Amino acid sequence: MIIKSINTQRLGFAALFVCIIIALLVLGSLIYFIFSNGISSFSWTFFTDIPRKSMTAGGVGPAIIGTIYLVIGSIIVALPLGVITAIYLCEYSPKNLIVNIIRLSVNNLAGVPSVVFGLFGLAVFVKLFNFHVSILSGSLTLGILILPGIISASYEAIIAVPQSLREASYALGATQIQTIGRIVLPAALPGILTGIILGVGRAAGETAPILFTAATFYARTYPTSIMSDTMALPYHIYVLMTEGTHPEVQKMIAYGCALILLILVLAVSGIAIYLRQRQRRKYG
Amino acid sequence: MDNNLKETVRVKADNINFFYGSKKALNGINMDIYANKVTALIGPSGCGKSTFLRLINRMNDLVTSSRVEGQLLLDNKNIFDKDVDVVELRRKVGMVFQKPNPFPKSIYENMAYGLEIKGVKDKKFTDEKVFESLKKAALWDEIKDRLNDSALRLSGGQQQRLCIARCLVVEPEVILFDEPCASLDPISTRKIEELIIELKQFYTIIIVTHNMQQAARVSDYTAFMYLGDLIEFGPTEKLFTVPKDKRTEEYLTGKFG
Ligand SMILES: Nc1ncnc2c1ncn2[C@@H]1O[C@H](COP(=O)(O)OP(=O)(O)O)[C@@H](O)[C@H]1O
Ligand SMILES: [Mg+2]
Repeated sequence: MIIKSINTQRLGFAALFVCIIIALLVLGSLIYFIFSNGISSFSWTFFTDIPRKSMTAGGVGPAIIGTIYLVIGSIIVALPLGVITAIYLCEYSPKNLIVNIIRLSVNNLAGVPSVVFGLFGLAVFVKLFNFHVSILSGSLTLGILILPGIISASYEAIIAVPQSLREASYALGATQIQTIGRIVLPAALPGILTGIILGVGRAAGETAPILFTAATFYARTYPTSIMSDTMALPYHIYVLMTEGTHPEVQKMIAYGCALILLILVLAVSGIAIYLRQRQRRKYG
Repeated sequence: MDNNLKETVRVKADNINFFYGSKKALNGINMDIYANKVTALIGPSGCGKSTFLRLINRMNDLVTSSRVEGQLLLDNKNIFDKDVDVVELRRKVGMVFQKPNPFPKSIYENMAYGLEIKGVKDKKFTDEKVFESLKKAALWDEIKDRLNDSALRLSGGQQQRLCIARCLVVEPEVILFDEPCASLDPISTRKIEELIIELKQFYTIIIVTHNMQQAARVSDYTAFMYLGDLIEFGPTEKLFTVPKDKRTEEYLTGKFG
């Protein structure tokens, strides 16, 4: 009996190990592939210059800046809205059917294909609000796209804050707002940060939502205001791979763009992990 | 009995009924709690001790669909009255919980929190109050060199004394303890008991415990509750040696609970 269960356990561990190795291999080869192909494009002009000679030379500066703007814009849209919604759902709303329906809807929204968000953005922000194809429209669209994720992550983080901490705060004479602002949100911050990282990754990488709302095929200049349309890395990759007359040269530039995208997202994750670790070291 | 009459009543429960939804948790509780004494609430699990305790600082307000009837007088003022400011009340009536619940912040930040939310900006005043309270809670010597360390790094017993010290900062008059030693080892328990006895010269103390030896050691008065009823209330010595009610006697001798 005992021997048998030990063997089963060994087998289980081995299976887990194999799964982990496969996952790491996939991730590792992906990073290696992007890195080895993309690094050759890197140079100072690649980061700063505009595309030249029908996208076979020059740089992708406007696309980098455009993507950064769109990411920041979408976070500005989604973070306050998402966190406030999560606070409402956790701390204020009565725990009833309606709230459960809201939560269910939010979770379903997370599964809606991104191109649908793109069409929605086109209809509402570009046309109805007349924001045109612009960083503003794109940020709003991407913001709504990542909103469900931010709400879910914040909700889970806030609901996981022990009730005993809230009680301690109230017992000392704190109001509900003080308790939320000074105790609950700081304690929930690591979880909220995780939501932000995932949101940044998604906002940086999505093409479909910005296709009709923000992205432009080609720009001679950096975007000048939130009402400008803009180049963006994922869309630029798409363009490089599907249009133009020098596919081989363009492919290498596309890998360069992919590598920048990867580095941007990894950098944001790195910062968030650092912040989380720092908080844990301090108070864990 | 005569010397009881001289004592001031600080908290007076007047025919209190309490409901969680439709479930009645307290049946017509009448009780006098005397100033600068330790009153222990004992009784089997689920008999309503915590429920009663949490009425005194209106912590039960947080439970939706709960309802209270009757009056609870703190210094002759009914704390359920509409014009009572619950924030003020909770400053006057501090609470220490069953499990130590320090905030995930530094020791100093934990201590200063009560003043911070009150809007106190004076750093010197805050320092003074923090240090004074830590000394009162007999924690100062152990932690004076690491006020900026995380409170979560303290031992369980130290955390609980920090929670006691934290509630002293806002200068309460009454302190509620809900099984404060339930998660602690015997040595930490002994320290907290000594502290409670020490603190009663300044505060009115009510302690819930299911440890009868603890009630006997720390309290001046004991209330025995059973199934939402207050069965018997009296000086601890009397209640433990000559209980009037048969159920009290059975509980004390370990026949149930
Ligand atoms: N939040 C709540 N909602 C519903 N019922 C509760 C709640 N808290 C306590 N009760 C019930 O009220 C009764 C008294 O509980 P409590 O005061 O916690 O007992 P004690 O502290 O003496 O163990 C128990 O039957 C318990 O199940
Ligand atoms: Mg209890």
